[in-house]
Amino acid sequence: MAKIQLNGKKIVIKSNFSLFDLLKKYKLNNKKVAIEYNGLIISKENLKKKKLKNYDKVEIVHFIGGG
Amino acid sequence: MKKGGIKIAGKLIKSRLIVGTGKYKNFSETAKAVEASGADMVTVAVRRVNILDKKKPILTDYLNPKKINFLPNTAGCFNSEEALRTLRLAREMGGWKLVKLEVLGDKKTLYPNMIETIKSTKALVKEGFKVMVYCTDDPILAKQLEDNGASAIMPLASPIGSGLGLQNKVNISLIVKQSKVPVIVDAGIGTASDATIAMELGCDGVLINSAIANAKKPIIMAKAFKDAVISGRNSFNAGRMQKNYFASASSPTKGLI
Repeated sequence: MAKIQLNGKKIVIKSNFSLFDLLKKYKLNNKKVAIEYNGLIISKENLKKKKLKNYDKVEIVHFIGGG
Repeated sequence: MKKGGIKIAGKLIKSRLIVGTGKYKNFSETAKAVEASGADMVTVAVRRVNILDKKKPILTDYLNPKKINFLPNTAGCFNSEEALRTLRLAREMGGWKLVKLEVLGDKKTLYPNMIETIKSTKALVKEGFKVMVYCTDDPILAKQLEDNGASAIMPLASPIGSGLGLQNKVNISLIVKQSKVPVIVDAGIGTASDATIAMELGCDGVLINSAIANAKKPIIMAKAFKDAVISGRNSFNAGRMQKNYFASASSPTKGLI
């Protein structure tokens, strides 16, 4: 288990969970999103390589309506 | 609008009317208004995904970035760091390099902070972004943005979402006359005739959000703006008649009975 912060909310995930697994959990793997991991942008190719650990901070963003 | 459109950073945008996608009742209304406006480019914001509701529809379910140009903005950013972070994420999302920078200075007026705006423009241009910049209507600052590599100058007509229309036509004209990059009036337009006036001043385009989204019938208003922008551009190209102090009869006096 690992406790991480996703989009400002504390969540608990299984151990050995990758960023890609996290996207899948929220059904976002096929959506147009961008991921920031501990302040760094992670490109789509590297999502499987990044394993999440305690206290990691992840931001998942997408496009919404705006002016 | 039939011929041309606007060329921004080498890319042809087919309509001189750019529309925002915020403030609509729902995504279906957004999509219909965009369609009615004939816009070829829409602005979008970058925000956190709502992780609590996996089934909630998202914008890209309704507007296809392959069919219409998405212009990611930095709305809500108050300093250069936030703006840069937002646009780097936007670039990661879909490879967009053409972006709209807006760095705000005050929550009440949403006036741009021009010091941070110029700083951000420099940094973004250095990273290879093509930056369309929301700015005040000060010709000197507009020139500085251009000198620092801005791809388009986007002066406000009046505060964002105020609907007050063009408050300083003289300054907008000065910016139009001096600029070598497109000038697009952004923010404050209230109704279709405001857009026509901006186009008659020689602006290359207008960006409208609230005036359409907050109209009682947004889809009809979107069409009104489409026509207003075409009319304004045609009027500018035609060149208006001179103003005179006295009357000049339209019917000849010769042969008068």
